[in-house]
Amino acid sequence: MATSSGSCRERHFRFRLLFPSDWDKLKNFMELGKSGINYEIIIIDDGSPDGTRDVAEQLEKIYGSDRILLKPREKKLGLGTAYIHGMKHATGNYIIIMDADLSHHPKFIPEFIRKQKEGNFDIVSGTRYKGNGGVYGWDLKRKIISRGANFLTQILLRPGASDLTGSFRLYRKEVLEKLIEKCVSKGYVFQMEMIVRARQLNYTIGEVPISFVDRVYGESKLGGNEIVSFLKGLLTLFATT
Amino acid sequence: LSLGGLRLSLVRFSFLLLRGALFSFLAVTMTKLAQWLWGLAILGSTWAALTTGALGLELPLSCQEVLWPLPAYLLVSAGCYAMATVGYRVATFHDCEDAARELQSQIQEARADLARRGLRF
Repeated sequence: MATSSGSCRERHFRFRLLFPSDWDKLKNFMELGKSGINYEIIIIDDGSPDGTRDVAEQLEKIYGSDRILLKPREKKLGLGTAYIHGMKHATGNYIIIMDADLSHHPKFIPEFIRKQKEGNFDIVSGTRYKGNGGVYGWDLKRKIISRGANFLTQILLRPGASDLTGSFRLYRKEVLEKLIEKCVSKGYVFQMEMIVRARQLNYTIGEVPISFVDRVYGESKLGGNEIVSFLKGLLTLFATT
Repeated sequence: LSLGGLRLSLVRFSFLLLRGALFSFLAVTMTKLAQWLWGLAILGSTWAALTTGALGLELPLSCQEVLWPLPAYLLVSAGCYAMATVGYRVATFHDCEDAARELQSQIQEARADLARRGLRF
């Protein structure tokens, strides 16, 4: 799973891209960030074998290193540590996290910022389930599983956010640091745990409807394993928070 | 309304009030699992107390007939509500076809632009 995050300070945007990801996705992501906002991208590559670093270096040359910063790591480490590593190099006050495989579109970023200013939220979460949020590329089975899992999560955890497994979010920098410290899970459950912990710590959460375009690059399969680990994570959160 | 009956009502009322207060206080600090267990324990004990007549109430027969299978009714209703809600949400799950089309054309644009700027694919 590829994720990226950005931080912004007033009108400046800093994006941080976390890998592994297909290098192809990275290039396209860069171009789609042209929404008129001043941005900088910090790329953290965990030694992906698919030529990501090469492309990242090329992009750094093309756009200049005030726009793109490559901060590689020796080997593949976890998502939480990648966020921390990236945050060290970011100077903004807000951090945006998203998938870099184009399922999350940068065009929503101004929406996130606007929403954050509107309610002075600690976290703004992208939701596929409310407003004109939605998905593309999901068959009926996937939709049923997604809605069913979300329903169960809402009943059991009452989280105050409609989309818990989504990973397109804006955080205040200190909020993200605090939450990463407290979270112990991985994958889908990590994203859920962030919101649950945020609720525990009384952080405010705003929501922005987003469209999630799946399967642009490769199949996004939801196998038995993912479901089992999701349920285990859900029950753990249910019993411990 | 006899004095005895009034006193009994008062006792029951204050019992419920205290229980409610305790529950809401604990709800703030309990885990979700603990809240559920508490909630079930409270509802369960109320139902048991009422159906076994432990509180010394004289409920009319029609009330008792409804009360006895109530947990089963509630379970089935909850199941139906869950299925209906999930079904509705799946049916109204927004399909963003425009977003997908827009994305594809933007990808083409992006590749062309990057190739012009010298990116080796």
